Amino acid sequence: METAPLLSVEGVTLRYRTKDYLVTATYRVSFQLYRSDRFVVLGPSGCGKSTLLKAVGGYIQPTEGRIRLNSAEVMGPGPDRVFVFQEFDQLLPWKTVKENIVFALTASGKLPRPQAEERATHYIAKVNLTEFALSYPHTLSGGMKQRVAIARAMAMEPQILLMDEPFAALDALTRTKMQEELLQLWDETKFTVLFVTHSIPEAIRVGNRILLMSSHPGQVRAELNSSSADAARIHEILFSEEGTRNR
Amino acid sequence: MLERPEIFHEVSTARLDVVEKPLSAWEKLYDNGAFRKSALLVILAAVWELYARWLGNPLLVPTFSATVGALFASIASGALPQAAVYTISMLLKGYIAGLVIAALLTAFATGTRIGADLLETLTAMFNPLPSIALLPLALVWFGLGAGSVIFVLIHAVLWAVALNTFAGFRSVSPTWKMVGQNYGLSRTGYIARILIPGAFPSILTGLKVGWAFAWRTLIAAELVFGVSSGSGGLGWFIFERKNQLLIADVFAGLLTVVLFGLLVENLIFKTIENRTVRRWGMQV
Repeated sequence: METAPLLSVEGVTLRYRTKDYLVTATYRVSFQLYRSDRFVVLGPSGCGKSTLLKAVGGYIQPTEGRIRLNSAEVMGPGPDRVFVFQEFDQLLPWKTVKENIVFALTASGKLPRPQAEERATHYIAKVNLTEFALSYPHTLSGGMKQRVAIARAMAMEPQILLMDEPFAALDALTRTKMQEELLQLWDETKFTVLFVTHSIPEAIRVGNRILLMSSHPGQVRAELNSSSADAARIHEILFSEEGTRNR
Repeated sequence: MLERPEIFHEVSTARLDVVEKPLSAWEKLYDNGAFRKSALLVILAAVWELYARWLGNPLLVPTFSATVGALFASIASGALPQAAVYTISMLLKGYIAGLVIAALLTAFATGTRIGADLLETLTAMFNPLPSIALLPLALVWFGLGAGSVIFVLIHAVLWAVALNTFAGFRSVSPTWKMVGQNYGLSRTGYIARILIPGAFPSILTGLKVGWAFAWRTLIAAELVFGVSSGSGGLGWFIFERKNQLLIADVFAGLLTVVLFGLLVENLIFKTIENRTVRRWGMQV
């Protein structure tokens, strides 16, 4: 593993405004991501983990602290950090599976069209959807849509994949299957991923390193290696006050 | 607790009579929307024919067959095609001009907050105002001619299209917006590749409503002042024939108006719909 972190989040405080309140979503969160990490941010609802991911994506600017990718500060959304959202509607319904991927590659100016089509075909095969390449998204199941979204993100070959609870809206069986597939894909390409979830088993399965966050506002409770983590211990750290003191 | 055995079954379809069975010819035919609608049209024509014969007064209601006869006669004489071509060319000019202005206004509204306020205020003011009510004023401004008609047509098209398009833009899923930003689309690329296709169901509705408004307004305008620079449209055709008490011809003119409406709705807009929003699953 390299010594310089790929992504470093340094004391990041995120605030957003609602109609009546100024809400602090996260407070002075710091962590570092290295190349080929499967870094999971785990916390209960309302711990600001999705907001944090959006900040890394460049959609929100931190009010305090810095987010740096390869030591350059993140200023806005860009194709070097590709998002996989939770929502099934992240695919553009007016494009076929293949066109969705080609669109990503050409719109970002990453590849000219012929090469983009080649790469799209390659990644569609990787997620086992070759026979659906020319289908429109609305004809696919939820799991298939998420696989297309993952293929699209991976085809971009970004510095980091940002996954915002990508399997949360799936049924339990599909979810487990998708987690396995993601790990297989990781074995093949060793991509770097920042993965947000509220499921403890998912965090342990998917991640190699787990950041535990408390809620209101989100603060870092712990950063664990998933090899040494078990569900009971994580639960204790997350939900008991004693957990913080005794860990 | 009661000790129960585990149960296993062999799955078999041996005694199931239907797994997949082709539908009968009649079922298939009845599933066809074009067939159902054509059948309805035939029934309506028959009702019309029967009523007119029973009434027996061709000055009030000519029969369907007499109307069709008058239609063919007017087509053969060239009067009706000329009127129709004139009306449609006028309509297209006004429609397209309206669309262009609507596009500009919507682009301005999408780009800036004050533009959005402007569009909302203008549509709230002018959308309820019937275009035909502006015709007297248009005649004063632009004189008796194409200018006045195109002015009222633009008014008829503009607000419906702008309102629907803008509403469509606003309802575009925030996830698509984020996807667009994620892949680094430029401002124009974002409008062309995310906003317009994303809002296409609403845009299409706007186009349809705008078309219908324009069509009505034009016929009404032609009825009011008919001849301009030596040629009249369908409205004038209807008005003139009424003055000559050629009621079957009046019906033929009305029928032409209806037929064009059906044609545009069922061929042009239906085709666009089938190739876009239906194929994309954005509309069932």
